[in-house]
Amino acid sequence: METITLTIDGRKVKGETGQTVLEVALKNSIKIPYLCYHPKVSKTGACRVCIVRINGTILKASCVEPIAEGMTVVTEDEEIVKIRKFILELLLSDGDHNCLYCDANGDCEFQTLIQRYDIQEVKPSASRTPKEIDYESSNALKRNENRCILCGRCVKACREIQVSNVWSFTERGSETHLVADDGKRIGESSCVKCGTCAQLCPTGAITFQTVIGRGSNWELTSIPSICIYCGVGCKIDFYKNRDNILVKAMGNYTGPNEGHLCVKGRFGFDFVHSEKRLKKPLIKKNGVFVEAEWGEALNLVASRLREIKDKYGPDSIAALSSAKCTNEENYLLQKFIRSIIGTNNIDHCARL
Amino acid sequence: MTNSIREIPISECYLVIGSNTTENHPVIGSMIKNEVINRGKKLIVVDPREIELARYADYYFQIRPGTNIAILNGFMHVLIKEGLYNKEFVQTRCEGFDEMARVLEKYTPEFVADICGIDNPEDIVAAARLMARLKPMALYYSMGITQFISGVNGVKSTANLQMLLGNVGIAGGGVNPLRGQNNVQGSCDMGALPVSYPAYQPVASEDNKKKFETAWCVPNLSLKPGLTILEMFNHAIAGNIKAIYAMGENPVMSDPNQRHVIEALESLEFFVIQDIFLTETGQYAHVVLPARSFLEKEGTVTNTERRVQLMHKVLPPVGDAKDDWWIVQEVAKRMGAQWDYKKPEDIFEEIRKVTPSYGGITYERADNSIIQWPCPSEDHPGTQFLHKDKFTRGLGLFTPVEYTPPAEEADFEYPMVLTTGRILDHFHTGTMTRKSKVLEENVYEGFVEINPNDAQNYNIVNGEVISVSTRRGSIRIKAKVTEKIKPNTVFIPFHFFEACANVLTIDAVDPTCKIPEYKVCACRIEKVQS
Ligand code: SF4
Ligand code: SF4
Ligand code: SF4
Repeated sequence: METITLTIDGRKVKGETGQTVLEVALKNSIKIPYLCYHPKVSKTGACRVCIVRINGTILKASCVEPIAEGMTVVTEDEEIVKIRKFILELLLSDGDHNCLYCDANGDCEFQTLIQRYDIQEVKPSASRTPKEIDYESSNALKRNENRCILCGRCVKACREIQVSNVWSFTERGSETHLVADDGKRIGESSCVKCGTCAQLCPTGAITFQTVIGRGSNWELTSIPSICIYCGVGCKIDFYKNRDNILVKAMGNYTGPNEGHLCVKGRFGFDFVHSEKRLKKPLIKKNGVFVEAEWGEALNLVASRLREIKDKYGPDSIAALSSAKCTNEENYLLQKFIRSIIGTNNIDHCARL
Repeated sequence: MTNSIREIPISECYLVIGSNTTENHPVIGSMIKNEVINRGKKLIVVDPREIELARYADYYFQIRPGTNIAILNGFMHVLIKEGLYNKEFVQTRCEGFDEMARVLEKYTPEFVADICGIDNPEDIVAAARLMARLKPMALYYSMGITQFISGVNGVKSTANLQMLLGNVGIAGGGVNPLRGQNNVQGSCDMGALPVSYPAYQPVASEDNKKKFETAWCVPNLSLKPGLTILEMFNHAIAGNIKAIYAMGENPVMSDPNQRHVIEALESLEFFVIQDIFLTETGQYAHVVLPARSFLEKEGTVTNTERRVQLMHKVLPPVGDAKDDWWIVQEVAKRMGAQWDYKKPEDIFEEIRKVTPSYGGITYERADNSIIQWPCPSEDHPGTQFLHKDKFTRGLGLFTPVEYTPPAEEADFEYPMVLTTGRILDHFHTGTMTRKSKVLEENVYEGFVEINPNDAQNYNIVNGEVISVSTRRGSIRIKAKVTEKIKPNTVFIPFHFFEACANVLTIDAVDPTCKIPEYKVCACRIEKVQS
């Protein structure tokens, strides 16, 4: 790989062969706006929002424009702003964007650009037709196509990341719209509910069904952790609201999953808020469980184990560890059974 | 895994055997699909069920459950016979080739096809040639290799094949077991095993005994290897095991032969369990201690590619629930331990000292970079793939492995073969996924997959409740008639307590590693008279 030097907005920056202007700009915190581009899917240069001026003359879509030695790039000038505004206004007038009712409000890439370019309310275009709203057919996804800007990210997400090929565009011009599996509703399609299309959608056209909590995007906090299910170990950003209730799970791009999740990692977390969670130690008395305080329960466990150890020897005690617990917890349990009880009777469900 | 998830794009070919990857490790399944469907890479699939990946495979072998070793031997037979194996790798990096080659002589494609119950022996030859041509090839497997009484030998066969092809110690190759639970790898690394201390240091060694006595400041650690789960239960029934301490396990649902497990738990004098729910197993406990869920705790987990990652506290704890490590420490202290861990990181710092492969890993590194063990020191970058220039033991050892039939074969009384596994929407015993709205709505009941031929023979229609029995028990369950499963074979996912597959499964185990043979036993299906 060769290093290439170019100038973006007067700044000398370096990239490598094969990189595009947009990629190098973003890496250097130069904020070229874009809509159809996403680092995890293929690039088409379709939305034209990311246009830049190359070498003082022509305008090019920066997401597909390869960098070249000595190239100069201007990311915004009067003409570019005009074109961007025109594109954004066109998209606005073709859709129906009432942010008040939208799950993406406050976390919408389209909304951000509307604000950045100070766009005022536009009239609906003459050719605008009401599009599909489907909040029911799937228990995983909600759709409101009136908010779709036809960027194609969802199509690519499902084709290139999940590789289930559910979404495609059909018809042309102002009639262009998305279909699942050649015309089914999303809930009746072959969608496996990985949620990747919704994660990548820059607007509120595809969003998640509520699993448990709700909240405005600006009230949510996200903390990364690791999926509790399979051994891939996907890194997940868990979003919770101000009441500490989980709202959604998003694939983290730095984990082994590179942003992707499966249906379990995406939606399988509400058990932690289950009513059935154990909240107090339980001690069985005359065949029924009775709630107890920690002190009593711990004393009982320790004294029973000590009695059994004294009476029958350490090898009469065994421990089951867990592949769902952390390294620290597994380590401590084996240390306990080996050094305090005095036996190697410890195993876990690795084989199961 | 010897290799890494991020190497998937480097492989030219994939052999997936005994792993329903798109349902059980879906994110890896999708990565493989992307290479095969969108980038023209080649794929060979071996599985008794026509899993999703089989649809995209260049060669698919629908073998009888329990015949993996035969087909792997078949591939190797062809590679040797046609001189297609990697001679340089075999000569310079391996030993034991001649003995193995002798054993492989009889595994001709026809002989293998007969054992495996497949009618495309010529494809064995074609697939072997493809493997020889496309380097590197990555081999992926899961419980479909290991959950047999011949599980250890199955694993050895996968290694034999990859060494023969020279696909070990290179990026994009490797022998890659996919771990079923988020921290199975870590639990093993940490010594939650009857035979070893952390980092697989055997307990039956005077040196290790001394080492850990010093590290833990205790006298008299035991040199005697402990019992595995199934042995614990047998010994409980026999009266030798009197107490069990369980940290979040659910053996009543997950272990083979449920009745036997219950009998074992009932014979204990004392049984304590810490968990987030009162599970099927918890019902048999004397004391149940409420633990915090994964989102309420901090600590590290190690994924299938040996990558150590840090979990963060996302939510406050529920009720009086406590961290599992805190509970263990409190019990230990009451039994005389002088422990004083204040947070998980204190424990991790101790782990680093006694676990050489984790020596260089810190919370900071685990959180902010890709760090895979072995990582002996803080200036070590971690290890993307194993066996780079030499094997741990020096030369890679070919182990001749013969095909052996499963413990229980179909017979007159039990004429069908039962195999078990997981499905996309659920996980293990269902403790968590069945309390999840979306997942439970997606699939809310168990089912048994039956081939249309068998359905016709038994006069069973799709959706009908039928009875499935084995020598151990019998359940009622809905029939799902599908071409996906081979004739004379049925498949049941084990997530559903209402139709619990492990009432049926056999507790025969592999003689070396004691893994139970979940993947195959003889069964009988019957129409239920209404
Ligand atoms: S949720 Fe996943 S499978 Fe379903 S359409 Fe979106 S990307 Fe495709
Ligand atoms: S639904 Fe979202 S991602 Fe898909 S084309 Fe419309 S705006 Fe883009
Ligand atoms: S999100 Fe799915 S693939 Fe990823 S770790 Fe969780 S269960 Fe495995």
